[in-house]
Amino acid sequence: MANWETVVVETDLLICGGGMSACGCAVEAAYWAKKNGLKVTMVDKATPVRSGAVAMGLSAINEYIGYGAGDNPLEDYIKYVRQDLMGIARDDLVYNIARHVDSSVHLFEKWGLPIWLDENGKYVREGRWQLMINGESYKVIVAEAAINAMNDAGFEIYERVFIIGPIMDGDRIAGAYGFSTRENKFYVFKAKAVYAGMGGAVHVFRPRSVGEGLGRSWYPPFNSGATTFFQIMAGAELTCQEIRFIPVRFKDAYGPVGAWFLLFKSRATSATGGEYMAVRKEELQNWAPYGLVKPIPANLRNYLGMLDVDAGLGPLYMETAEAIQNIAKAYEGDDKAFKKKMKELENEAWEDFLDMTVSQSILWAANNIYPEKSRSEIAACEPYFIGSHSGGSGAWVSGPEDIDTPYKWGYGNMTTTKGLFTAGDGSGASSHKFSSGSHAEGRYAGKQAIRFVLDNNSQPKVDDAVVETLKKATFAPMDLFEANKKFTTDANINPNYLRPMQFMFRLQKLMDEYAGGVSSAFKTSKSLLERGVELLTLLKEDSAKLGAETPYELERCWENTHRMYQAEAHVRTMLFREETRWPGYYFRADTPKMDEDNWHCFVNCTYADGDWKFEKKEVVKLVD
Amino acid sequence: MPSFVMVEKCDGCKGQDKTACMYICPNDLMLLDKDGSMGYGEMKAFNRDPSMCWECYNCVKICPQQAVDVRGYADFVPMGASCVPLRGSQDIMWTVKFRDGAVKRFKFPIRTNAEGSAQPLGGYDEGDGDINSVNLMTEPKSAGTDKMPTI
Repeated sequence: MANWETVVVETDLLICGGGMSACGCAVEAAYWAKKNGLKVTMVDKATPVRSGAVAMGLSAINEYIGYGAGDNPLEDYIKYVRQDLMGIARDDLVYNIARHVDSSVHLFEKWGLPIWLDENGKYVREGRWQLMINGESYKVIVAEAAINAMNDAGFEIYERVFIIGPIMDGDRIAGAYGFSTRENKFYVFKAKAVYAGMGGAVHVFRPRSVGEGLGRSWYPPFNSGATTFFQIMAGAELTCQEIRFIPVRFKDAYGPVGAWFLLFKSRATSATGGEYMAVRKEELQNWAPYGLVKPIPANLRNYLGMLDVDAGLGPLYMETAEAIQNIAKAYEGDDKAFKKKMKELENEAWEDFLDMTVSQSILWAANNIYPEKSRSEIAACEPYFIGSHSGGSGAWVSGPEDIDTPYKWGYGNMTTTKGLFTAGDGSGASSHKFSSGSHAEGRYAGKQAIRFVLDNNSQPKVDDAVVETLKKATFAPMDLFEANKKFTTDANINPNYLRPMQFMFRLQKLMDEYAGGVSSAFKTSKSLLERGVELLTLLKEDSAKLGAETPYELERCWENTHRMYQAEAHVRTMLFREETRWPGYYFRADTPKMDEDNWHCFVNCTYADGDWKFEKKEVVKLVD
Repeated sequence: MPSFVMVEKCDGCKGQDKTACMYICPNDLMLLDKDGSMGYGEMKAFNRDPSMCWECYNCVKICPQQAVDVRGYADFVPMGASCVPLRGSQDIMWTVKFRDGAVKRFKFPIRTNAEGSAQPLGGYDEGDGDINSVNLMTEPKSAGTDKMPTI
């Protein structure tokens, strides 16, 4: 530890993270801070140019309302999201994101993002709320605007600095601490407000692929639970920690299915050709009213497919060839037009993968799959924590001031911890924001954070002794490794420490087997969850035995500690909620039915002094 | 493997101010063996933790020597296929090679303006500049409306 220099950075607003929401926060906060003589600092463990969930690119924008042009009323988006989440969503937050999202999308276009236009110059809709884009450089472009805004204002961006956790001044956020993965520097950021935008969590559950393909998760492996850990340690209230997300995607490489379902109108079938959404329609009655309204919630669509798999009807398939043939039928008799259309469809199908999941292209090419000739396997992925998509997990944040909502305690998108803001994957019960909504919500949070600083313009106190304790804890895994590595002939097997990968496998195994992962067919129960808590408790004790040989391994150690706290919040919340509300995400086999009388509510939790507290919160609608 | 570096092509970005693949990898996987002491060859880059690789191709796209490629994950991808990008300032070209020898080529646009030219306000008026209003910068105009809605 002796070689790690302590660097102290003082700022007004600290933005942790570099993904879509953090870039939204940066571009907006830089504007308001410059105008009001304040300072913004951004810190990312990678480079914002290619960090976060959109690092590879994206082939669609999944939230665009078009309310200004009269395409859709905002109220319909509220209904759509609440319905998809089986009745559990914050209307106020969903509305607020929706009214700002069009602005972000229009800015993306001005910043250089190619959005598909039809012959009348209107955006091409993939579905009611979705737009098609040429999105290979989506993140590059969005980051460029944020970086330009920060640079224009003379603000600093720290790249390759890994944020571990918060620094507190009583009940107020005072900053964050972490370390450089490039130089021997320990960082202490002192700030009047902090934005936690470090993404969701992947690799909490054991993935389907456990060899070299371990990293081919649907959501990126570098989203490792840092936001949730940060919020938990800052004492912030969390919500919907049970609402994990499980996407059904092309099997193994997890390529996107949205264009196939929405644009090409493809059907998903069992191996014997039955369309499970039609064959098993009766099952939806058991999940009324949500099962009876279209679009059918994502978890129920998953569930019907899982029932087919349970019944021995797998593998499941996307009927790509049939879909393409159906589209081509319109051009029969006109050979030239037919060929042109087929070429266009082929381009669209491959761009969908090449823009955002290149692995899926390799997998198709390696299996000699030509989508116009043969169908392709789909499967449910392992569970992820992603409040921006169709899961619900995140912090419980204050609603917008101008809206009549019971969920308000000051500044919009502030957590219950004074001065700590969040958005994107970091804010809960406000799903279906995706990339564009995360950016818009990040912008909103950025403006609100600057407003908070203007009203609370004093630097919180940071005790030097506390900083020293945090520094010692930060490098403890390296010290432990160094002190014990010579005890055994193989540094990988040592009774005094666990290396981060070993620790991660232990976490993933217990989550998979006790908390309803892939190998448990997404089923769990009270007894399994209670045993899971016992094993997590032992794992938590052993997290003090994490050992790191290099700064790279140190980064991985802390990521796994972050994942472990996300796991605990999840397991304990599933234990608290005594019903099954989201079959297809998880199934509590001992309480297999939805219980609207007792559980039509949010479940919120907080962590203090080693104890978790749980409570129910009422769902108050803004529209029926 | 997922991403791998070709010995003959990698020059360790000796002519650049920093190693491109190390700079860009979102998961901090690419590393440069400056003096060869790590066993990968002097001034050669490598992927230090292939099982944590997302195959995002950012190292492949950015490499000035085209020294980085991807071999599909060993645990589920049959051998013999590849996807090779050539990313320019306005578009990207892909060459997809199938296991059966077929080759497909695609070209897609990636942006509509010059690199680096994204202006934060996007050419919109900055808006009311009121920290207490519901309007974000450039709103309500950038939202396509004259007044931000409320409920």
